[in-house]
Amino acid sequence: MAAESGKIDPMHQFAIEPLFGTDQLALGGYNIAFTNSALWMVITAVVLWIFVAGGMKRQLVPGRWQMAVEFFTGFINKLMMENVGEAGKKYVPYVFSIFMFILMANLLGLLPIGIFGLHPFTPTSHFTVTGVLAIMSFSIVLIVGFWKHGLHFFSLFVPHGTPLPMIPVIFPIELVSFLVRPFSLGLRLFVAMTAGHVLLKVLAGFVINSTNAGAGYGALVGIPSFTLMIGISALEMLVACIQAYVFALLTSLYINDAEHLH
Amino acid sequence: MPQIAQLAATYSSQIFWLLLTFGFVFFVIGLGMVPKVQSTVDARDAKIADDLATAKASFARADELEEQNRARDAEARANAQAIVAAAKAKAAKDAEKKVATEDKKIAAKLAEAEDAIRAASAKALAEIEAVSAEAAQDMVARISGASVSAADAKKAVKAALNG
Repeated sequence: MAAESGKIDPMHQFAIEPLFGTDQLALGGYNIAFTNSALWMVITAVVLWIFVAGGMKRQLVPGRWQMAVEFFTGFINKLMMENVGEAGKKYVPYVFSIFMFILMANLLGLLPIGIFGLHPFTPTSHFTVTGVLAIMSFSIVLIVGFWKHGLHFFSLFVPHGTPLPMIPVIFPIELVSFLVRPFSLGLRLFVAMTAGHVLLKVLAGFVINSTNAGAGYGALVGIPSFTLMIGISALEMLVACIQAYVFALLTSLYINDAEHLH
Repeated sequence: MPQIAQLAATYSSQIFWLLLTFGFVFFVIGLGMVPKVQSTVDARDAKIADDLATAKASFARADELEEQNRARDAEARANAQAIVAAAKAKAAKDAEKKVATEDKKIAAKLAEAEDAIRAASAKALAEIEAVSAEAAQDMVARISGASVSAADAKKAVKAALNG
């Protein structure tokens, strides 16, 4: 789709390449090659582990690092308390994990290490990854819902005060809106990440191609494009945080549905 | 779009590594470390709340003590005022009594003095009469050569003196 813009393919950044010659690694017949995507997921997990481990000093008067970690745990704790209530406390580890994993993956994928010849990769720009995360959140909702309420969980699809004749109409609508949740959850993150990265790469392509076409073109097209890139990079960092927050927020709202029905 | 183009070839590896890394994040960080961080925060919040409660109790105690002190102070002041008033009243009474006795003494002295003056003036008057009578007797004897008896002279002088 981008072959006409010279040698720069804005989609190439999403390509998955097996690393360290593991492309034939398999488990039970399924390929489990250690790819660049896997590498960045591992980096995400390790960076997150270092971040949280640095805040484990458990001092009464916290240092800066401990404050930062406590800010995030407190943030998720508050989110769950506000949206689910006291029953939400037991989901804090899960929502914290999913929020921080997505946040770290998003932010690490924006690192400007391309200038050192390295290629950052954003696992959350693949719907295979976001889809699994969404299915996990959705499964928790289903399991908790049926565990706590049994078949009564289906009353979730009949809002309070629905007139009896309307139930056959409302029920399928609510059911569909419920079943669409994992898709909207996963696709939202995937689309936001992909779109932002493509936009940055396209603008970067403008800068390079216009400069190659001559200094005049470079000044005319390259400089405005570069200025725009700076703004969009800032916007992308915001989006990286917001998408992680939205994922955590929607997860907490769905868990609230499962915990309390309506 | 590699996400779609490579889906069939890479989905298993993506899912495998995601479950592995996210499993690590959830079990080690989420379940292992987050509750500890949270318990630290809770412990701190509890400590702050405790300290605040203690401070509040101390404040209340201080207020109570101050109230007691103030009451004691007021009582002591009232006592002192009563004592002062009593002393003042007693002093005033004593002074009155003393003044009255002194007054009496002074009045007696005055009466005595007045009597003395009156007696002295009466005596002086009598003397003047006697002297005047003698002088009148002499004058009459010298001028007219007639001798006047002392009693007559006295009578005449008395009449002249008293008009």
